[in-house]
Amino acid sequence: MINQTITDKDGVKRYLITLNVNGDARTVLVKGNAILANVLRDELNLTGTKKGCELGDCGSCTVLLEGKPVDSCMVLAIEADGLEITTIEGVAVNSKLDAIQEAMINFAAVQCGYCTPGMVLSAKALLTRNPHPTEPEVREAISGNLCRCTGYVHIVEAVLAASEGRLSPGEHEYLREEGVSI
Amino acid sequence: MYMPDFEYHAPKTLADACVLLDELGERAIVLGGGSDILHKLKNGHLTPEHVVSLKHMTHLTEIRHEEGRGIVIGALVTPHGVYTSKILQERYLSLPMASHEMGNPQVRNRGTVGGNICNASPLADLPPLLIALNASVKVVQYAGERIVPLEDFICGPGKTLIKRDEILTEVIIPDQPATGSTYIKFGLRKAGALAVVGVAVAVTVKDNVLADVRIVMGAVAPVPMRAKDAEALLRGQTITDVLLEQAADSAAAECKPITDLRGSAEYRRELIRVLTRRALRKAIDEGHV
Repeated sequence: MINQTITDKDGVKRYLITLNVNGDARTVLVKGNAILANVLRDELNLTGTKKGCELGDCGSCTVLLEGKPVDSCMVLAIEADGLEITTIEGVAVNSKLDAIQEAMINFAAVQCGYCTPGMVLSAKALLTRNPHPTEPEVREAISGNLCRCTGYVHIVEAVLAASEGRLSPGEHEYLREEGVSI
Repeated sequence: MYMPDFEYHAPKTLADACVLLDELGERAIVLGGGSDILHKLKNGHLTPEHVVSLKHMTHLTEIRHEEGRGIVIGALVTPHGVYTSKILQERYLSLPMASHEMGNPQVRNRGTVGGNICNASPLADLPPLLIALNASVKVVQYAGERIVPLEDFICGPGKTLIKRDEILTEVIIPDQPATGSTYIKFGLRKAGALAVVGVAVAVTVKDNVLADVRIVMGAVAPVPMRAKDAEALLRGQTITDVLLEQAADSAAAECKPITDLRGSAEYRRELIRVLTRRALRKAIDEGHV
């Protein structure tokens, strides 16, 4: 609930809001037009959330809002007042990487890495509501996250492997024929 | 990306919101999920002094059936909410299926049914199917409320009959004899694609006769467009493949597509012909899908 506003000498209002980010209540003073992605990055120093298109197409700014993936570039920070937000910084618990993160490293699912935080969060939301997804379900879940390196095959493999508790590829896993996915 | 300054309001109740809008009038815009509004703020198409958020109106996130009214979808229901709605899955599965083709998962978690209508994009996915299902919308303002058929409500690209002090609160799908409905979208990719063309149909089949039919074409006119000649050709007729072909030809002849970056007018017209035939066959054979 917005309980305090401050108006500066130019008449611009700022609002005191509380974002519950990764389990911590963070109180910030924002203008009405402040975008959630910017507040996370610039005010709270959570720069794991990336900005790409800033129009809700690329998914690199994906965060979980009340457990659901949303593009944080398309949410006003003030709209998230009082809500639970999970950013990529909140996925590892006590410095222990999540299974998805572990698998993405071991399956070489990270190329330039720019889409990775968003990919991990979309995958995290999927595995939370559906712990044993099929390949099409994984592809559907990350369909709002674009990988410019086009490294989708390994990303999908890593998410499926994480769902099976298999955090590293087997010895011959990369000897498959070209273009054949698992 | 640049965002203009504005004053933000989050009224606690619909009544408070109406009072506020009555006071602010042209200076305010109403914010639902923001997927379209934030675009327009960022690219400078909207420069409001005030933004009135509906985020506290949680009763507008529900879908329910009301005796005598039909299915009432709150304006703040997200496409994800439509997709997962038990009541819609049971009665009009076509709506959950259509909503699942919108945007991408992130957008489906954030956008709203009301916003998809009020944004009035000619290629929006939900309006064609809602119009085929004879839906109306309820808009409220300080002085009262009115119910407008959705077909009349959307009146141009980005234009609806809503006034700046009004809020779209509900979409109402009346109880009806329709035995089948569907929406077929043609996009250039499987996800995150806008419709090149979309065709929605609702059919009432009795003893292999089309007692009633509504065909609505998306992205081929300034507004979702009824294929009225095709409908007239079909109504009361016994269903045959030849008849459906004729109706598809008629729909293709009636539509008014333009050429843009997603497709040429000729291509769109051909798509209308193919998708109209497919949609009719699907709704006739498989019901609400």
